[in-house]
Amino acid sequence: MTAQTERTGAGKGLSGMDTAALIGCPNCDEVYVARTPPARRRAVCDRCGTVLISSRRNAGIPILALSVAVLVLVLAAAFHPFLSINAAGLGNRVSLLDVATSFRSGVLVLVSVATVMLIVALPALRVALLIYVIAPLEMGLRPARHARLAFRAAQELKPWSMTEVFSIGCAVALVKVSDLARLEFGSAFWMFVALSVIVVISDRFMCSWSIWQAIDAAEGDATASAREPG
Amino acid sequence: MSTAREMGLVTCTACARVWPAGTPECGRCGHRLQSRHAGSLQMVWAFWLTGLLCYIPANIYPMLVTSTLVSTEANTIVGGAVEIARHGEIAIAAIVLIASVIIPVAKFIAIAYLAVSVQRGRVHGAHGKMHLYEIVEFIGRWSMIDVFVVAILSALVQLSVVASIHPGSAALTFALSVIFTMLSARSFDTRLIWDAHVPHGQTAAPLPPSPGTE
Repeated sequence: MTAQTERTGAGKGLSGMDTAALIGCPNCDEVYVARTPPARRRAVCDRCGTVLISSRRNAGIPILALSVAVLVLVLAAAFHPFLSINAAGLGNRVSLLDVATSFRSGVLVLVSVATVMLIVALPALRVALLIYVIAPLEMGLRPARHARLAFRAAQELKPWSMTEVFSIGCAVALVKVSDLARLEFGSAFWMFVALSVIVVISDRFMCSWSIWQAIDAAEGDATASAREPG
Repeated sequence: MSTAREMGLVTCTACARVWPAGTPECGRCGHRLQSRHAGSLQMVWAFWLTGLLCYIPANIYPMLVTSTLVSTEANTIVGGAVEIARHGEIAIAAIVLIASVIIPVAKFIAIAYLAVSVQRGRVHGAHGKMHLYEIVEFIGRWSMIDVFVVAILSALVQLSVVASIHPGSAALTFALSVIFTMLSARSFDTRLIWDAHVPHGQTAAPLPPSPGTE
């Protein structure tokens, strides 16, 4: 609890203090002494309600397992047809790779590129980065090269991976052309539904503060490694 | 209540690590450290305006062009939803209208409201505004539904002369509008809300407490 006793009052500098024991709320700038909450509880900012630490013991293995599942599903879903259509004896089945190449006219190519980025490339990249960061930590090895950059990138990518939005999009598409032709869900659609659920569960397990602490601890960085206060 | 800035510290917005003020970049995650994101509001407004400018043609031009044996029909976003509703699929029409019209418009209003209230210097009800911001951030991605629908349909419905669907130019402008408003929301530094917050009765806590648990 040195952080508390050394405090000299608001406005004064705390340059002599080891700031590693502190945690700041990214949303409202309130500073706390970082303390891992009891099991199944979360540390919440008193001022704005942001969840600061939601550490679950041994959360690494579930995150790792779920990330591998997501990676496999995303890649498999990209190649399997997600919808098939039948009308007047003509049929068509498309996979996401077909979507990527469907807009041939001018600038609308950008729409298909963006679609495939948001649905396949970025979600796959995000879980690949998570696996790259967490796997060595779980195996007790030194963190991978550039693990810090990789984890920060994975966190930045979170809002841009839109698999669950796409699942709803498939359902809307099915209704939208129901008078024109008969549409059926393909295997990839169900993979996307599974994906969306797994991503939500995986994000519930993930506590960015705990992973940063684990990276620090694994590198044995004396200045950055945080000890439990008190 | 003691913020990092009051204590002569700076918080990393990427990893929540705290450093002495003036540290240029976070020693843990490498993110650039700024006590308050300089030019946050300018970026919010710049992306906001760009998003709004993209949203106008997105509503005027057709999103989807459907060609069948007998006719060619171009539907705008609202026109497409009306079409779905006419076929009795009220729930799906509602999803499209909510995702493509109500959410984007509400987002433009919400971001502008947050930015203006911070610029005025005094924020009442900071908790409510923080919640509003979280909702805006959470919900923004769902507007992409209509873009994905267009991408799906134009890839799938290619049945030679019987029926084919092509994307209209609104698909691109709408996607850009969604992306720019997401960037606008992400540029907003929520700490500005709390800086301008006027609490009911401010009591200076002498020590930084530990965060509460829930």
